[in-house]
Amino acid sequence: MIEVKDLQKSFGDAHILKGITTTFENGKTSLVIGQSGSGKTVFLKCLLGLFTQDEGTITYDGNIYSQLNSDQKRDLRSKMGMVFQGSALFDSMTIAENVMFPLRMFTKQSKSEMQDRVDFVLKRVNLPDAHNKMPSEASGGMQKRVAIARAIVNNPKYLFCDEPNSGLDPKTAIVIDNLIQEITDEYNITTIINTHDMNSVMEIGEKIVFLKDGLKAWEGSKDNIFITDNKVVTDFVYSSELFKKVRKMYLEERNT
Amino acid sequence: MTYLHNIGAYFLMIKDMFRKPTKWSVMKTLIFKDIDDLIMGSLGIVAFISFFVGGVVTIQTALNIDNPLIPKYLVGFATRQSIILEFAPTFISIIMAGKVGSFITSSIGTMRVTEQIDALEVMGINAINYLVFPKFIALMLYPFVISIAMFLGIVGGMAACFFGGYSSIDDYIIGIQTDFIPFHIAYAFIKTFAFAFLLATIPSFHGFYMKGGALEVGKASTTSFVWTSVVIILLNYILTQMLLS
Repeated sequence: MIEVKDLQKSFGDAHILKGITTTFENGKTSLVIGQSGSGKTVFLKCLLGLFTQDEGTITYDGNIYSQLNSDQKRDLRSKMGMVFQGSALFDSMTIAENVMFPLRMFTKQSKSEMQDRVDFVLKRVNLPDAHNKMPSEASGGMQKRVAIARAIVNNPKYLFCDEPNSGLDPKTAIVIDNLIQEITDEYNITTIINTHDMNSVMEIGEKIVFLKDGLKAWEGSKDNIFITDNKVVTDFVYSSELFKKVRKMYLEERNT
Repeated sequence: MTYLHNIGAYFLMIKDMFRKPTKWSVMKTLIFKDIDDLIMGSLGIVAFISFFVGGVVTIQTALNIDNPLIPKYLVGFATRQSIILEFAPTFISIIMAGKVGSFITSSIGTMRVTEQIDALEVMGINAINYLVFPKFIALMLYPFVISIAMFLGIVGGMAACFFGGYSSIDDYIIGIQTDFIPFHIAYAFIKTFAFAFLLATIPSFHGFYMKGGALEVGKASTTSFVWTSVVIILLNYILTQMLLS
């Protein structure tokens, strides 16, 4: 379980995170939603240790991150997988080399064992024939799938995704969302997804944390978000006519 | 204050370069790749510039010696001294600051902009060691490039003498053998090693700590060239004062 207590982070005069407290259950998919500039990415980067928080603690299964020594931090990070907003694939490597990279760095597997694992993972993300392509030759959706393959190749305990379906068409976005959900369930990973895509909110995830202006404005389950009266949440989630209708239908169905 | 902060950050980067080393099997590949990119990839331009600048030094020296009492072999002597002491180690290093330095800054800077460095750090990899150390090791072969520059500069001078008729080949060869001081070679290579360190680390610093997007990658490359050149020139003065005076 990941426990976050009173997380605060500033950059100069800009107070980005103003004290966020929440928990993320093991083996579940949680969504962090909020408008652009609400502090989602900074929050995720603090969880990953890419930014050091000014105040507060982040605890991974009972271990407070800031109290770990550098070797323990390194061990913990090797159990994390991350899917970046722009995929962040190494552009000097082929897709197979990108996926194999964590195995080369952290395992003592033979080349054939690594190759087998890469074949398996690329098949799992529906890219069985993409081994020798360069990232620049892959479409946005393919790059996201390669990033997911790279993130899960070393059997991570925690998976973090920063806007995994940004810049993708709606159909591919749903494919990516479902793939993340399936992988989370299949390998019992603790997954945290940053998104402002309401389709993702409707499709996947058990828990939703809503951030606004660096504060947790609301948290609850996927079902709760349909019935909440919290104006800040409803203004954001149901800003489009489509989602207003979806909510109306859900509430009508629920009442009958 | 910003300068002080950057100087401090630069030395911390150098310290981090030797911490938490990357797995040798991976590092070996990175070093060979950087040797290919930074050393082998520079040989062509270094050879071309050295040969022709050696020729120009010879022509200018010959044209300025109009006193019949001054022996012709002095052309070879002056060319050798200019090339070994200054042209090959310093002038070529300034050119390399443009070629290799901007390549290093832009490649690392692009990795920063596209979150590839974040991806390395999330995996628990010491990104500075992974990215900068192989470049540092590759550039320890830089004296090899400078040796070629020295040789081709002197050959270029000889070719200019021969084709321009400024002195005979025999005079030129006598000139390049006259009053040879082996320590001058040592001095040139001490400078070369120091410049190699700067060529690997200053552009890496500017790439690694850059902020912004694609435009800033270009700006960082320019800034890195300027600072690498300034530090090379300053260090050249300090080392010359220390080693030759």
